Amino acid sequence: MLILECPCCGVLADETELAPGGEAHLKRFGPGASDDEFEGYLFMRENPRGVHFERWRHVNGCGKWFHAARDTSTLEVFGTYPAQTTEPPRDIRDRISARRPGWTWREFA
Amino acid sequence: MGHRMKRYSAFAVAREAARFHTGWERAWKSPEPRKTYDVIIVGAGGHGLATAYYLGRNFGITNVAILEKGWLGGGNTGRNTTIIRSNYLQDPSAAIYEKARSLYEDLSQDLNYNVMFSPRGVMMLAQTEHEVRGYLRTAHANALQGVETRFIQPDEVKKLVPIINIDGPRYPVLGALWQPRGGTARHDAVAWGYARACSDMGMDVIQKCEVTGVRQEGGKVTGVETSRGAIGCNKLGIVVAGHSGVLAEMAGFRLPIESVALQALVSEPVKPCMDVVVMANTVHGYMSQSDKGEMVIGGGADGFNNYTQRGSFHHIEETVRALIETFPMISRLKMLRQWGGIVDMTGDRSPILSKTPLENCFINCGWGTGGFKSIPGSGWGFAELMARGHSSLCEDFSMFRFREGKFIDESVAAGVAH
Repeated sequence: MLILECPCCGVLADETELAPGGEAHLKRFGPGASDDEFEGYLFMRENPRGVHFERWRHVNGCGKWFHAARDTSTLEVFGTYPAQTTEPPRDIRDRISARRPGWTWREFA
Repeated sequence: MGHRMKRYSAFAVAREAARFHTGWERAWKSPEPRKTYDVIIVGAGGHGLATAYYLGRNFGITNVAILEKGWLGGGNTGRNTTIIRSNYLQDPSAAIYEKARSLYEDLSQDLNYNVMFSPRGVMMLAQTEHEVRGYLRTAHANALQGVETRFIQPDEVKKLVPIINIDGPRYPVLGALWQPRGGTARHDAVAWGYARACSDMGMDVIQKCEVTGVRQEGGKVTGVETSRGAIGCNKLGIVVAGHSGVLAEMAGFRLPIESVALQALVSEPVKPCMDVVVMANTVHGYMSQSDKGEMVIGGGADGFNNYTQRGSFHHIEETVRALIETFPMISRLKMLRQWGGIVDMTGDRSPILSKTPLENCFINCGWGTGGFKSIPGSGWGFAELMARGHSSLCEDFSMFRFREGKFIDESVAAGVAH
């Protein structure tokens, strides 16, 4: 069972308490964007086998959205952090680097 | 090419019995990879093997290698609930799934390998008013598409499936979409039968050969790097289901796909009690009885990205809890095994059979939770696409349809139990 700590209320919540919200840190595009940008934003996903950043909502708890860093091939959780950011914070990235040497924060289109 | 394989027949069984079964050949060879092939298919699951088979059978292309990182049919082909149906709402879906279903009918004869296709009928229960309306619509659509389905009333449901409880307090059975020519087949046999037929045509089925990179030159594919060395090719077909995103990254493009775990489970074997397939989409569960007597139960998919081939326990709990209301007799059954597979989900829940931004590289993926039923049709269409560069079965399933907004939206039509 997947257990994530909600950074808003501090509860260690198991996944029946949470709702998954898909890939995090998508760059949003709207009016004036090119077709490529809009397609990328709406449909294309990183879907990595490995380190993945994603959005979760503590739906049966405080109700707040937050972010989690997780490995999709081992289900290891590297940590959670508040949603009010456009990229993973330094401490989370350091923790991933310690566990996955050579890992890099990918460039987004 | 060597000699052709001996055919399986009643006579062959008698002949081998007379000599104490010492004369059976291996069903397929295990060759070393050659330097180069006309076509390389990545992934020896049902779809990859079927693609290779129809490349040879329909287009005479037999200089083909099928590369598999694990073993034959060890991915989703051996992990599904073996349901075969074609009662889809949208025309392109109905066409390819009905092609697959009709090919299943004589697949055993075609491959000379018993795939145990059992057209026992597939019933999709309507347990809310919305579902009744939805399935009536699908039944009308199917009539126009030439797919034989009809909407049946609760009394007929009860007659076909005596163990069903049609007046459950929460989800009464209000009717069902009935496809009498749907059914099940033996999933491993489908992979094995295609592999044997491919091997017999002189194709190389190479197991334990993991693709680690895609070679390209001037925007054209030239081969693959593998755990057993580099192999060249003129055309490359990527047919790797849950790992499509990983292969796409090697080939340098992205896909509108997310990989999640889908689970299934079987009970202890019991005496024959249900001879059709029943799907209950409102409660996220579907069930059939295998030839061994096990109740085969499929559930919903997890909502988060996952490559581990195991899902969350609470999904099993939800599935079984929901099914018990409709099938009270299963409440005392012990469950025997549970497993998960990694399914590749697209936004519109329809597959991708497509050219890619890399020339001569083709991709067949996105079958999500409904891949097994479509294996022959998918292979038929994808082989045509790879051989001719165009296929009427595949044209609507381009990976570029999302950009153009031309979805084949089965997510609303088919719901979860796709």
